[in-house]
Amino acid sequence: MAHKKKGSQTVVFEKKPYIIGRGNIGGKKESEGPLAACFDQLLDDDMFGEKSWEKAECKMLQTAMERAIHRAKLKKENIDIMLSGDLINQIMTSSFAARDLHIPFLGLYGACSTMTESLVIGSMLIDGGFAQNIMASASSHFCTAERQFRMPVEHGNQRPTSAQWTATAAGAVVLSEKPFSIPEGMRVVRATDATIGKVIDAGIKDANQMGAAMAPSAVDTLLNHLQDTGRAIDYYDLVLTGDLGFIGKDIMTDLLIDAGLNAEKVYAHYDDCGTMLFSKDQDVHGGGSGCGCSAAVFTGKIMQQMEQGKISRILLMSTGALLSTISSFQGESIPGIAHAIALEVE
Amino acid sequence: MDIMEYIWAFIIGGGICVIGQILLDTTMLTAPRILVIFVVSGVLLQALNLYQPIVDLAGNGATVPLPGFGYNLAQGAMEGAEKGFLEAITGPLENAAAGIGVAVAFGYIVSMIFTPKSPKR
Amino acid sequence: MPTRINIDGGKEQEKNNARKKKEIAKAYGRYAKQFTPRPRYLANCLKAFFTGGAICTLALAAQNYLTGSRGLSQQDAGTYVTIGLIVIAQLLTAFGVFDVIAKFAGAGVIVPITGFANSMVAPAIEYKKEGPVLGAGAKLFTVAGPVLVCGITSSMVVGIIYWFIERQAG
Repeated sequence: MAHKKKGSQTVVFEKKPYIIGRGNIGGKKESEGPLAACFDQLLDDDMFGEKSWEKAECKMLQTAMERAIHRAKLKKENIDIMLSGDLINQIMTSSFAARDLHIPFLGLYGACSTMTESLVIGSMLIDGGFAQNIMASASSHFCTAERQFRMPVEHGNQRPTSAQWTATAAGAVVLSEKPFSIPEGMRVVRATDATIGKVIDAGIKDANQMGAAMAPSAVDTLLNHLQDTGRAIDYYDLVLTGDLGFIGKDIMTDLLIDAGLNAEKVYAHYDDCGTMLFSKDQDVHGGGSGCGCSAAVFTGKIMQQMEQGKISRILLMSTGALLSTISSFQGESIPGIAHAIALEVE
Repeated sequence: MDIMEYIWAFIIGGGICVIGQILLDTTMLTAPRILVIFVVSGVLLQALNLYQPIVDLAGNGATVPLPGFGYNLAQGAMEGAEKGFLEAITGPLENAAAGIGVAVAFGYIVSMIFTPKSPKR
Repeated sequence: MPTRINIDGGKEQEKNNARKKKEIAKAYGRYAKQFTPRPRYLANCLKAFFTGGAICTLALAAQNYLTGSRGLSQQDAGTYVTIGLIVIAQLLTAFGVFDVIAKFAGAGVIVPITGFANSMVAPAIEYKKEGPVLGAGAKLFTVAGPVLVCGITSSMVVGIIYWFIERQAG
């Protein structure tokens, strides 16, 4: 009997896992953006003193994880399972980070939706009693993603106006059954329920139109979540999509209003990580994207605001475009996915 | 020195680039596809003897853009065809040997020496 | 008893579904386009025109210098100019400057032979960590390969056709 399931796609956590540690790291472009102050560490050089972009991303992910473990006042031996994913072929970054950290590892691939995916699965594992402490994380790097999915970085071309900028960032949180390392009286963030998204393909084929390709799946997940839980959008202080970017955010807003949601409430309660990480004058065209985008914005600005008591209830919906280099060469359209996790301050 | 020669080079060279820009902006074609289209169209135009007049008019304005590369290949083939079958086959590469050779060899050496830079765009 | 499926009817249904899907995708694509800022066509074209024109004019000046002052033949001078442009473009790529110029000039530097030169070094330099043979050596041709393949194939076909016509005529 699936007694923790509610409605068609939503699960409710009985134990409401606590987020007891968080860590993130950003690259050079992120350090010039509006959220620079929200990072634990910023890089002057995206190479991070390593020999290749992939190694740099791996080191960034490890740094973010170590920071999260440190904040949780744990040792890495205390982490039961590490859940992580990224964008490189066969999730190389995460696997190689796990090799060095020696933590039991489950690799995830949800494209840019990985941060929420890892939070959802992590919360489920804790709620099911399979683990006490879980590491949930995701990372992306502009140079590794760009050369894999599009063109070499040095190649001379003009980015279309809809192209998005893959964030060079990593974020990690430690989920736990008990808030033992949080001092009495301090605010602590808990995961209450989650909605697992369906893959939705709106037929977009242009790999430079990611926001438009993913927006329908985010709309679907959000509407299903609201229906399953019986909540309205203003139940949350903030509904946050992962990396729809400027264009995707506009489409999402329009589609939500079209679906019958109150326009004012949508404007007041909905935002997108991809539009927050960079400012428009940073020449990022469509805004930020990548696993690291929602991972870093959530573990940075959003967690900070929740800890400070500025906001108390959020719905994090990282969005992913499940294309591969092969599928786009074969002329396939881009399927989108979005998972949602509801978090609240206690 | 003929000033008109320079003006034509500028106009034709710039004009071919504008065609490329329009293709880039209005279609979903990526840069490699556009390069292929330009080279093949240069070959085809020259095969119909349509590119030679442009070259006569604009000189480097027509030979420096990629259709000029296609023109060069086709011209080699057509000149070779007058001599015989083998020359028709070796002609294209013979004509473009210097360009391709340098691009390959120098490109390889350069990429062995330098390391990729973080994007500044 | 197993249920019989009307195969032809199923196919028809499938075709209809596929067509419907395509129509929805097209409609959504148009809808998404409304939210996409348009590229600045005129500014982009002007930039491409002036940079492309300038490169060709400079090439012509170099050509005239080589044929005039140095007394080279028209063909040799042309070859030197091509080599020069390729070398310059590849060095600019190596220094990480070419992509900055290309961002401004667009097709103005992509369509001239400089774009071809850049398209060889860019992937090669990017993948050199994968080794000198299968990394840089192979990736040198990721973009330039198709250009060479299509160019050489089509011109060879042209050559053979011309040879055939020549033989018929002679």
